[in-house]
Amino acid sequence: MERSRALPYLLIAPATIFLIALFVIPLVQTVVLAFVDDGAWSLTNFRKMVGDLNFGLSLRNTFLLVLVVVPLQVACALLMGVMLQKLDKGRDLVLWIWTIPLGVSDLAAGLVWLAIFQDRGYLNTLLAAFGVIDGPTNWLSYESPGSMFLAVALAEIWRATAIVLVILVAGLQLIPKEYGEAAEIFGASPWTRFRKITLPLLKPSIQSALILRTVLAFEVFAVVYALSGRNFPVLVGEAYAWQHVNQNNGVAAAYAILVMAISLAATLAYIRALRVNPETQP
Amino acid sequence: MSVGLRRVVLWSGVVTLCLWVLVPIYLIALGAFGGRAGVFRWPKSLLPWDATLASMQTFLAVEGVGRAAVNGALVAALTMLLSLALGAPAGYALARYAFRGANLFRLLVILTRAFPLAILALPLTVTFIRVGLYDTPLGVALVHTALALPFAALVSASLFMGIPRELEEAAWVFGCSRLQAFRKVVLPLALPGLAAAAIFAFVISWNEVFAASVLTVRNKTLTAYLLTVLAESPLHYRFAGGFLLILPSIVFIFAVRKYLFAMWGVSNK
Amino acid sequence: MAGIRIDGVEKKFGQATALARIDLDIPDGEFLALLGPSGCGKTTLLRIIAGLETATAGQVFIGDRNVTELQPRQRGIAMVFQNYAVFPHMTVFENVAFGLRMRGAEDAEVKAQVARAAELLHITPYLDRYPAKLSGGQRQRVAVARALAVRPSVLLMDEPLSNLDALLRLEMRTELKAVLAQSGATTIYVTHDQTEAMGLADRIAVMHKGVIEQIDRPQALYERPATRFVGGFLGSPPMNFLDLPVRAGVVELDGFRAAAPGTDRIIAGVRAEDVEIADSGLPFDVRVAEPLGAMLLLSGAVAGQTMRVAARPDMLISAGQRLYLRPDPARIVWIDPATERAVRAAA
Ligand SMILES: Nc1ncnc2c1ncn2[C@@H]1O[C@H](COP(=O)(O)OP(=O)(O)OP(=O)(O)O)[C@@H](O)[C@H]1O
Ligand SMILES: [Mg+2]
Repeated sequence: MERSRALPYLLIAPATIFLIALFVIPLVQTVVLAFVDDGAWSLTNFRKMVGDLNFGLSLRNTFLLVLVVVPLQVACALLMGVMLQKLDKGRDLVLWIWTIPLGVSDLAAGLVWLAIFQDRGYLNTLLAAFGVIDGPTNWLSYESPGSMFLAVALAEIWRATAIVLVILVAGLQLIPKEYGEAAEIFGASPWTRFRKITLPLLKPSIQSALILRTVLAFEVFAVVYALSGRNFPVLVGEAYAWQHVNQNNGVAAAYAILVMAISLAATLAYIRALRVNPETQP
Repeated sequence: MSVGLRRVVLWSGVVTLCLWVLVPIYLIALGAFGGRAGVFRWPKSLLPWDATLASMQTFLAVEGVGRAAVNGALVAALTMLLSLALGAPAGYALARYAFRGANLFRLLVILTRAFPLAILALPLTVTFIRVGLYDTPLGVALVHTALALPFAALVSASLFMGIPRELEEAAWVFGCSRLQAFRKVVLPLALPGLAAAAIFAFVISWNEVFAASVLTVRNKTLTAYLLTVLAESPLHYRFAGGFLLILPSIVFIFAVRKYLFAMWGVSNK
Repeated sequence: MAGIRIDGVEKKFGQATALARIDLDIPDGEFLALLGPSGCGKTTLLRIIAGLETATAGQVFIGDRNVTELQPRQRGIAMVFQNYAVFPHMTVFENVAFGLRMRGAEDAEVKAQVARAAELLHITPYLDRYPAKLSGGQRQRVAVARALAVRPSVLLMDEPLSNLDALLRLEMRTELKAVLAQSGATTIYVTHDQTEAMGLADRIAVMHKGVIEQIDRPQALYERPATRFVGGFLGSPPMNFLDLPVRAGVVELDGFRAAAPGTDRIIAGVRAEDVEIADSGLPFDVRVAEPLGAMLLLSGAVAGQTMRVAARPDMLISAGQRLYLRPDPARIVWIDPATERAVRAAA
């Protein structure tokens, strides 16, 4: 019986040691890397980061993307989830198709939308057919930030709505049918039922979907890179550039710290704003 | 609204959303198989006029592509093994024992999920150069394991929780040691779910691009390789590469679709 | 060879006490039934004997061995779980064969024992099926067969027949008794069904709130319950309890008089069938009359207290009628109202 008390600790030990080595220690190192210059604590790296021409742009772009993309994804996934509930046949097939992007990398998603948005791409073909444009037009240069933003946002929505969908569908399955049926008997319209029953009960799932999605959205990088190179700067893309092009670990780490701080703040904000009272859940 | 009309609206919505997912994939496939001619054709056609296997073959023959694909698969396989080997025992402990520190461990695991983890590859370059892991598949796999481990641990915890404790106890009573009971009773029942978790770890690694590019120079995974050569490759190569990246994911998602919901820590129980 | 001795076993789940100091001595080959209301700790006791749960205090012996610290597999027992625990990924055959295979039995031996156990529990037609394709009762029989197949010297059964229809249960009961008597296994058998316990067991232990209230042969238990709880729990209808005043060693009520122990008040435990319906005696107003086949069960009041009486089924009695009762003084169980334990009648 003595052995069985030690057993759980033996079982989690490898994973714990691993996470300390590859998560906790690098985390501390990143902080050190960002805050140390020439062997002394300093904010030089952050000053360099803020002073860079692309900093303001990348900050703005990243936030804009998160603010536009994440809410759209949640709304879209909710709609899809409710639709799935209404399907009686073909549900599995539809669910499979809708979740295919789950396995698509952001780089691949960027390339997919490049095929659509490039000069001689399908979008331009369509626009030309309707007479909107005369011939091949470049939508992805830094002279057209609006259309570039649109392309990146569409690619992100296309790729990452599936994660939200999966989390929400799992949550929807947990809600007993009887609640909705009870409300229906008392005369609630479908829209009222959705607002008064489904949505409140789905809050925990929405919360975890928002956290996961937002954290990942602040990491957006390869989609953008595939579509436009550095024409549309984003935070993690800048970190990559400082590391690879400028060979400056310190500033790259400063970007990393910034992204982490923003992610953490967003997570906490969601937890506060969507506080779930356990007593109101079934 | 009448019932019939409602069905029409519902199904047209469903079909539209299916097309929204599938059409872009079809278009990049056209790009991948269309070669130079296809990319420059104007206006574009929605039918595969230019598609030939030849253009895909030329891409595969390009120097470095084959090696990167092999590397990517190797890294992903290593990630799969490592994350399961580390995550499944932890998941078992979380599912079966109430022990002091269980919540702390759970917090650690969830925390890794809430961090933009790939960014931690930056300081790891220094460490990896020192210990000789830089530019090796194992080094990349280690970072990817940190990404996949939380999923492996949480998914296997929910799987093991779904297997009644009494089954294991019955095995003990009838003469099994703990290990035997695990092998004969728990493992066979958890295997499909564990396989799904493993495949998922594979996909996470196969798709990860930031850490994989930062930590390698010559031994790039396919995703990282494509990222580096992106700027100087012709468009039809990029499309061929993108299509090659997507292909496994379609198969993978099909293989794990039954377990999709256990994946995100919200199991359907 | 393999009796079971339980020495001061105690089990707490956090603050809650599930078992409070259990002492139990079961000689080799005995069939002991464990009877008690839901949640009284029967399963917990069984699990401690099996080694699936660690006792907070106390020790367990099987045969001459102190097994308190041993793993379940080292205890040489077989068990039928309350919720069956039939392995879903094995066929019925493999389930029943599981224990034998773990003991390294030869193939021929495995086949023979599985066939025997399957025959006994009428599951031979399902041997190739997977448990998911069986009904609850069939699955339960697989669990029993799995335990019997290993010919255990100690057998723990947690409500093994609870999910069978009345007829099948009766048949299984008879066969179990024959098989176990022949094999000489020491058996602890948990059940809610008193008839089952009475019919099967050499002795019955009645548990209540984590305590063994009484342990005795079935008939003795029925006739001389040691506590009010046992009297009320055993027998259908349950024993009647009349709270009566005692004066000078005698209780006296209307037309009834008997010598009784105690000084102030006493509870008289009277079985429904130990009452004679006569022309004079205790006045009894019938409120409900239920014809139950073997008897006519009358419920009513005596001196303002509820009382049930078994009358012959052919008697013509209806609600609202007044009868006179004459309880058999020799069969009354006197219970001290303070301790709720039975006291000896004054000689
Ligand atoms: N793992 C546990 N944690 C906390 N309390 C428990 C646990 N197992 C049992 N208990 C409590 O111990 C008491 C005895 O439970 P036990 O399962 O032994 O009852 P039982 O007599 O078998 O009941 P039943 O006839 O319903 O099966 C109950 O009050 C139960 O709630
Ligand atoms: Mg029980």
